[in-house]
Amino acid sequence: MGVEITAAGRVLCARLIGDIDHHTAKQLRGDIDIAVNENDPEELILDFSAVTFMDSSGIGLVMGRYKLMQERGGRLVVAKTPPYISKVMRVSGISRLARIVTDYELPNEEASGEVVKVETANQ
Amino acid sequence: MKRQINEMKVVFPSLSENERFARIAVSGFLSFTDPQVDELADIKTAVSEAVTNCIVHGYPDSIGKIELCVKVAQEGRVYIRISDKGCGIEDVKKAMEPLFTTRPEEDRAGLGFAVMETFMDKVKVTSRQGKGTTVVLEKRICSRRENG
Repeated sequence: MGVEITAAGRVLCARLIGDIDHHTAKQLRGDIDIAVNENDPEELILDFSAVTFMDSSGIGLVMGRYKLMQERGGRLVVAKTPPYISKVMRVSGISRLARIVTDYELPNEEASGEVVKVETANQ
Repeated sequence: MKRQINEMKVVFPSLSENERFARIAVSGFLSFTDPQVDELADIKTAVSEAVTNCIVHGYPDSIGKIELCVKVAQEGRVYIRISDKGCGIEDVKKAMEPLFTTRPEEDRAGLGFAVMETFMDKVKVTSRQGKGTTVVLEKRICSRRENG
């Protein structure tokens, strides 16, 4: 379980890895929020491609980050959700809050793409 | 030939790391039924919600026991009972309303029961204040063998 955070220009991408449940969500939220405060992005991308399981704690995580980005005048994008995660997202109607995309490209990826933090925590 | 009913029971303390254990225990036990991947994902999600409820709401200030029973009856009918002896729910009907949460500050979406109801065929909740809560989840699964 962990999150890999990449800052590219005014875009911050958080690639979530492993299971998202009540136990793991707290650490993930903390790591993402610290990076948002440090980088002040216009857009936060939550990348779910490496998420192996998610329950409604993950919905809480998305809703909370939506509120955070709203308060800061930014946007939230939910990206690359595997089918079983899309199903959980649908229960929440999260598509009304965040743009959902199947793929994305970070700006100036080669020039400024930089992994600012790789966090892993024990289960 | 009549099939012997298979069942299991595990009891564990309400530590949040056991949310993962509960999911893995259920999916491991159900592997003999050769379930479809999406059905197993649905069941794991519902179990995770119910166990999280025990941990967050059943025992908010203490660690107590959670009992998880799984039974597979005829025709792939799976029954899962998750119970705690925690504080109980004051108003079950209200607790089951989508987006109702007593913990918005912790980013709880209030969708636990909605997810259980979406992913399972039946969800039954019984609760007594001060005595605990029991959730029974039911789903009929088709094995991959049956389908193909």
